[in-house]
Amino acid sequence: MTSVSSVSTRPERTAAASPSAPGFDWLLAVALVACAVAVARALFFTPADAMLGDVQKLFYLHVPAAIAGLYIGCPLLAILSIVYLWVKDERLDRLAEASAEVALVFMTVVLTTGPIWGRSSWGTWWVWDARLTSTLFLWFLVVSYLVLRGAIEQPEARARLSAVMGSLAALLVPFIHLTVYLFRSQHPSPIVIKPEALTQPSLPPEMAATFGLSAAAFVVLFFALLRLRFRYATARDARVALECG
Amino acid sequence: MSTGSGTRELASAVALSHRPAGFLADTWRLARKDLLIEFRTRSAFLAACVFALLSVAIFRFTWDATAVGAMDLAPGVLWVIFTFSGLLGLNRSFAVEHADRAMDALLASPMSRESVFAGKALANLVFVTAVQALALPAIALFFGLPSGPGWLGVMGIVALASVGLAAVGTLFAAVASNTRMAEMLLPMLALPFFVPLVIPAAQASVVLLNGRPLSDAASWLKLLVAFDIVFTAACTVAFPYTLEE
Repeated sequence: MTSVSSVSTRPERTAAASPSAPGFDWLLAVALVACAVAVARALFFTPADAMLGDVQKLFYLHVPAAIAGLYIGCPLLAILSIVYLWVKDERLDRLAEASAEVALVFMTVVLTTGPIWGRSSWGTWWVWDARLTSTLFLWFLVVSYLVLRGAIEQPEARARLSAVMGSLAALLVPFIHLTVYLFRSQHPSPIVIKPEALTQPSLPPEMAATFGLSAAAFVVLFFALLRLRFRYATARDARVALECG
Repeated sequence: MSTGSGTRELASAVALSHRPAGFLADTWRLARKDLLIEFRTRSAFLAACVFALLSVAIFRFTWDATAVGAMDLAPGVLWVIFTFSGLLGLNRSFAVEHADRAMDALLASPMSRESVFAGKALANLVFVTAVQALALPAIALFFGLPSGPGWLGVMGIVALASVGLAAVGTLFAAVASNTRMAEMLLPMLALPFFVPLVIPAAQASVVLLNGRPLSDAASWLKLLVAFDIVFTAACTVAFPYTLEE
């Protein structure tokens, strides 16, 4: 009964939510320009690290991608999943789908740049350290979340079951982190943001400025891609609803 | 039988039909039903036992005894077998209910959704424990491990890990049973969630089998207990969302 009524109301609601015409995406344009500027600044206008050399410049890619993917994308996915089970609004489900996919892209950047940096700094591509292992398992969780979504055809069941998985994954992450933390940790602990950083900056001003620019650019890029992906999901669901109803 | 007692029985029957039986009674009834089916057919149990024994034998032949000590390898083998033989039984847990749409009858019954979950999880717990009761001696025998008081501790760890495995596994078996490729999807969904079970369990087993005191494994055991408590509660709450409204 409920499914019938939801199908009949869906086209109106999605039509209201979706943009009338795909105009110029100013947010994406701003994000891309900011990323290009950040990369140019990191490559040509920022001094190389005295100890680590040029490979340290990956830092301007790696950490901002981690901020966007791990600290914005994944918590967003978890919160949207939990709220979906409560409110049952399909827009939340589409946003969760979008945040999972965009977060996966950023996490893949983190997991690709990390080993390249590790190869030259630690002398090995991969170590089973707490942060690396947690990130890897988080990546696996997001991949299986997306595979689960792909395996369910009925939209309501897809939203409900993937939200169950998203909510439980939110509980799992602290456990995974605690588990792998009990092994010895080798990853450099975050040195940019810490209480003492206010009085005693840990980065030279040029590096701090490049890092700040790069982080801001990646966060804007994350939300631009999120909005693009959300619009795609809205348009796709509207089309499916029109074809079925 | 006097009329008075007959009326009383009828009255109590009417009362029963209006007031659902207690949570524990329902849980036990469903677990008993699943275990009875399993006991009469023995299909999944035999498959899981043969799988466990075969795995022990195969691992034995991939092992170079001169390079790695039996004590270093056996706990890993034990927990790999634990995980995968557990998955074999979990797949069946909801496949049985979907076969003749028996699930509909289960949901139409006055049982609460939570007791459906608890009953399924209890049956899976018994299943996993029974397979382990065979796998543990097999590993001790094939790997030539010395018997000692450490094994009692290992049994305790198996019991702790089985609770978490049954809770999480039952939930994801319910999720996966709604999809097109349940058998393939279940390991992918459940394995990341088994990480904080299997790693602490394997580490704690290594400690105990090497004859070190229980206190050396205290942090791993705390993690196991915390996982059991958090995920048994969370999966019980989340389970009703995996069912068709």
